[in-house]
Amino acid sequence: MAADESFIAIRNLSKHFGSVKAVDDISFNIRRGEFFSLLGPSGCGKTTLLRILAGFEIPTKGDVLIDGQDMTTVPPHLRPTNMVFQSYAIFPHLDVKQNIAYGLRKTGISKEETERTVNEALEMIKLPGYGNRRADQLSGGQRQRIALARALVCKPKVLLLDEPLGALDKKLREEMQLELRQLQRSVGITFVFVTHDQEEALTMSDRIAVMSRGKVLQIETSSRLYEAPNCREVADFIGTMNFIDGSVAGSENGYAVIDAGPLGSLRAPNAERPFERNRRVTLAVRPEKLRIETAPPGDGTNSVAGKLGAQSYLGDRSHFYVEVPGMTKRIAVASQNATRNLDITDSGDRPVWVSWPVESGVLLPGE
Amino acid sequence: MVSVAEKTLVQPTGGLRRRFMTLLYRSEGVRGYALLLPTLLVMIAMLVVPLGTLALQSFWTQIYFKLDHSFTLNNYLQIFDFKQNPIYLVLLFRSIIMSLMVTFFVVITAYPMAYFLAFKVQRHKLVWLILITVPFWTSYLLRVFAWKIILGFQGVINSGLISLGLIDQPLEFLLYNQTSVVITLTHAWAAFAILPIYVSLEKIDRSLLEAATDLGDTPRERFWRVTFPLSMPGVVAAGLLVFIPTVGDYVTPNVVGGTSGIMIGNIIQSLFGKANNAPLGSAVSIVMMAAITLLVCAFLMLIGRRRWKHAET
Amino acid sequence: MVGAKRIDGLLAYGIIYLIFIYAPVLLIVLFSFNNGIYVAFPLKDFTFKWYSDMVHNTGLTKAVGVSLRIAGIVAVVSTVLGVLGAKAVTRYAMPGKAMVTFLIMLPLVIPAIVFGISLLTLIAKVFGIQPGTWSIVCGHVLICVPFSMAVMISRLQGFDKNLEEASLDLGETGWRTFWRVTVPLAMPGIVASFLLCFTTSFDEYQIAAFLSGNDATLPVYIYSQLRFPNRLPGTLALGSCILAISFVIVTFAEWMRRRGTNPDKGLGI
Repeated sequence: MAADESFIAIRNLSKHFGSVKAVDDISFNIRRGEFFSLLGPSGCGKTTLLRILAGFEIPTKGDVLIDGQDMTTVPPHLRPTNMVFQSYAIFPHLDVKQNIAYGLRKTGISKEETERTVNEALEMIKLPGYGNRRADQLSGGQRQRIALARALVCKPKVLLLDEPLGALDKKLREEMQLELRQLQRSVGITFVFVTHDQEEALTMSDRIAVMSRGKVLQIETSSRLYEAPNCREVADFIGTMNFIDGSVAGSENGYAVIDAGPLGSLRAPNAERPFERNRRVTLAVRPEKLRIETAPPGDGTNSVAGKLGAQSYLGDRSHFYVEVPGMTKRIAVASQNATRNLDITDSGDRPVWVSWPVESGVLLPGE
Repeated sequence: MVSVAEKTLVQPTGGLRRRFMTLLYRSEGVRGYALLLPTLLVMIAMLVVPLGTLALQSFWTQIYFKLDHSFTLNNYLQIFDFKQNPIYLVLLFRSIIMSLMVTFFVVITAYPMAYFLAFKVQRHKLVWLILITVPFWTSYLLRVFAWKIILGFQGVINSGLISLGLIDQPLEFLLYNQTSVVITLTHAWAAFAILPIYVSLEKIDRSLLEAATDLGDTPRERFWRVTFPLSMPGVVAAGLLVFIPTVGDYVTPNVVGGTSGIMIGNIIQSLFGKANNAPLGSAVSIVMMAAITLLVCAFLMLIGRRRWKHAET
Repeated sequence: MVGAKRIDGLLAYGIIYLIFIYAPVLLIVLFSFNNGIYVAFPLKDFTFKWYSDMVHNTGLTKAVGVSLRIAGIVAVVSTVLGVLGAKAVTRYAMPGKAMVTFLIMLPLVIPAIVFGISLLTLIAKVFGIQPGTWSIVCGHVLICVPFSMAVMISRLQGFDKNLEEASLDLGETGWRTFWRVTVPLAMPGIVASFLLCFTTSFDEYQIAAFLSGNDATLPVYIYSQLRFPNRLPGTLALGSCILAISFVIVTFAEWMRRRGTNPDKGLGI
C-alpha cells in the first residue's frame, strides 16, 4: 500500500503521437479519496492523460503507479480503474440492468447478488424501475447516471471521468455537479475528472491541475488557483484577469514596488515567490477587486487613471472597460450593482480612476 | 470466473510470453497487423502470388503440351509486332474505346438517378436504395443473357415489332456487334456507378447549397458551381469501378458480341483454352493491365493537376 | 413552380431508370412461363413445365450442390476475414494502413478474367493440381473479401469505439469484448456480409469458368446450356429461380445493413 499522499503517482510521463507531444514530461501525485480535476483547453493533453490512467494509451515514456503498483503496461481490463466516457458508451444492445451488471461477470458473484447489486446501484442513481429500459429510451442525464453506476459497481480504486457533464444542458449540469460531488464524498473513491469548463472544475474539485500544451502548469485547490495563480497562462485561463507589465523597482513595507512605465509606480505583495530587483513581472488583478471612481482615490491603494470605454449591464453586476494610456488592452472592472459607485446611464469618454487594495494584486513572472 | 488466459495475463510468467504480450499491448500497429494478418496473407497468397506467377509465365514459351521455362521476350515482341499480328493491339485499343463508351454512358445515366436518390427521395428512401443495389449483387451472367433474348434474331424486339406489323424481316443489326456489347455492358454495370455517386452527393453539406442560393445562384448555377464539383470524387470512383473491370470482360462479347464484337478478354480466354498458349495469354493480360494502369494513372494525374491549379489560383 | 417541375422530371427519370434496370431481367422470368421453345412474341400459353422439368435434371442438381457448397464456404471465410480486417483498419492506428487497405480493395478494380487465369496458372501449372471446388473458393474469396470489408468497415464506423473501450475498462479481455460487444453490435453487418458474399459467389461466372475443372458451378452449367436452343426455356426457368432467390437474399441483406445507419462511407458498396 502506498502512502495516501501519492495514491496515484505519475512519473515523467510523456505521450507522443508522431511529432505531437500530447503529454510532455509530466510528474505529480493524486491523493487517496481526492476529487481531482484535469482542466485545460481542448487539445491540452488532459484526455490523453486520463486515457493513459485507464490503460487505453501506452505512454511513450514514464510510469504510472496506482496504489503503489506499476500500471504502465497493465492492460485496461486488469486495472483498478473505471471510466465514465464522454459519450457514456452505454451498450445499445443491452438493457439498463445488463449494462450495469456488465463488469460484474468477472467478479464471479452469484446471480442473486448481481441482481441485488444492480438494484442498489439503480437506487443510488435514483433510477429504480428503469432496469429493463434500453439505451435508446434514456435521456442524456439518465445515460450519464447509468454510466456512473456501471463503473461504480465494479468498486474501482479510481474513477476516471472524461467530461461527463459536457453533453448536458446547463441546468441539469449544475444539478449533476452537486450530485456527483456528494456521491464522491459518500463512496470515498478517488475521482479523476477531466473538464474544459473552469467553473465546473472550481465548484467540484479538491484540487485542480491546469494543463496546457501537454504540460501541467499548476496544481492547486480551487480558491488558491483563483487567488494565487502561478503564471500568466493559468491566471488568464481561470476567470478574467487584468495584466499590467512592469519590473520590480524596489520594496517598501514588505511590498514590491513595480515600475509600470506609463502607469507609474504600483505596489504588490511579494512574499510567496519573491521576485528580485529589476525582474520583469506582470501584476495581475481580478476585475472584481477593482473599484472605479470619478475622482482620484486617496493614498494606500494602487490606482490608474483612464477613460471609461464600453460597459455592459449584467443585472446583478456591471462590467466596465477602462482605456488606460500606455496599455494595449483595456482594464476590465466588474462591479456589483448593489454597491456600484457610478451612474452608468451617462457614460462617454469621461475620465475615471481604477483602484485596488495592494493585497489584491498578484505578481507573476513577466514575459 | 477468471479464465486461464486472463490469469496468465495477471501474473505474467515472465520471459518470452510476457515480452510478447507487452509488445502486443504496447504497440497499436502490432495489434492491428496481428488482426489483419489472416486477411493479408489470404490476399497475398491468392492475389499477389498468382499475379507474380502470371507475370513469370509471360516470359515462358508453350511448345505443344510442354512449357519451356527459359526466359524470353518473344511473347511481348509478338504482341507489339503490329505488322505480323495486329490483332492484339487492335483488340486492346478497341476494348479500351468500348469500355470508355460504356463508362461514359453508365456514369451519365447514373448521375441523375443518384441525384434523385440523394436530394429528391424523402419517403421510402431505403426501398429505392435497395431496388438500385439489388441488381448489383445478382447474377451478372443472367443480366447479360437477358440482352441476348432481347436483341436476338428471333428475340423480343424483333418478334415484338413483327407481331405489331411494323417490320416484315427481323432486324439483323441488333445483335452480334460492338453496339450490342456496349448496350449490354452499360446495363450490366449500371448499378456500380450509382452508389459511389450517391454517396458523394449525400455527403454534401446541405447548408453549402443554401449558401450558394443565398449568394444569388440559380438552381442551375448552383448545380454546376457547387453540387457537381463536390460530387466529383464519386464520379471518378464510379468511372474507375466501371472502366477497369469492363476492359477485360469476355462473357458479354461471347454472349452478344459475335465475331465483330470480340474484345481483348476473348483473346486471353482462347489463348488459355482452345489456342493453348498460356504464356502468350499471360503476356496479353499483362499488357492489358499495364495499359489500364497507365491510362488510369494519367487520368488521375490530370485531375490532380487541375485540382492543384485550382488551389493555386 | 419551377421546383415542382424538376422533382417530377427527376421522378420520371428514376422510374424509367428502374425499368431499364429491371425490365431485361424480368423478361427472363416472363418467358420462363411461356409454353414455347422460342423466346419471341407473341406469347403462347402459360406453363410450369420448364420448372417441373428441372427437378429431374441430374446435371443441374449436381451443379446446384457444387455452387451451394462453394458459396457457403466463401461466405464464411470472406466474412471472417472481412470482420478481422475491418476491425483492424477501423480500430488501430497502423503504419502503412492506406497501402494495405489498397491491396485488399484491389480486386474491385481488376478485370475478373485476370483472377481466373492467374489462379489457374498457379494451381494447374505450378502446383500441378486439377482445379475444382477449392480453386473456385480461392477466386471467389478474393472478390468477396473487399465487399465484406466495405460492409464491415461502414458497420464498425457506425458505432462508438468507446463501447469497446468501456468493455475493456469494465474488466473484459479483448477476446471477450469482441464477443460481448463487437459481434452483437456488428451482427447486422455480419449477416449482410455473409449473404452478399454468398450471392456473389453463387452467381459468379467469369472466374469459375476458368477454375471449375469437373466441378461445374450453376452459372457454368447455365452457360453450357446456352449453346442448345431447345434447352433455352429450361435455362430461363432456372435463371428465374436464381434471380428470385438472389433477389430475396440480397433485399434482406441490404435491408439489414442499411436500416438505421447513415449513408455509407467509402464507395457505398
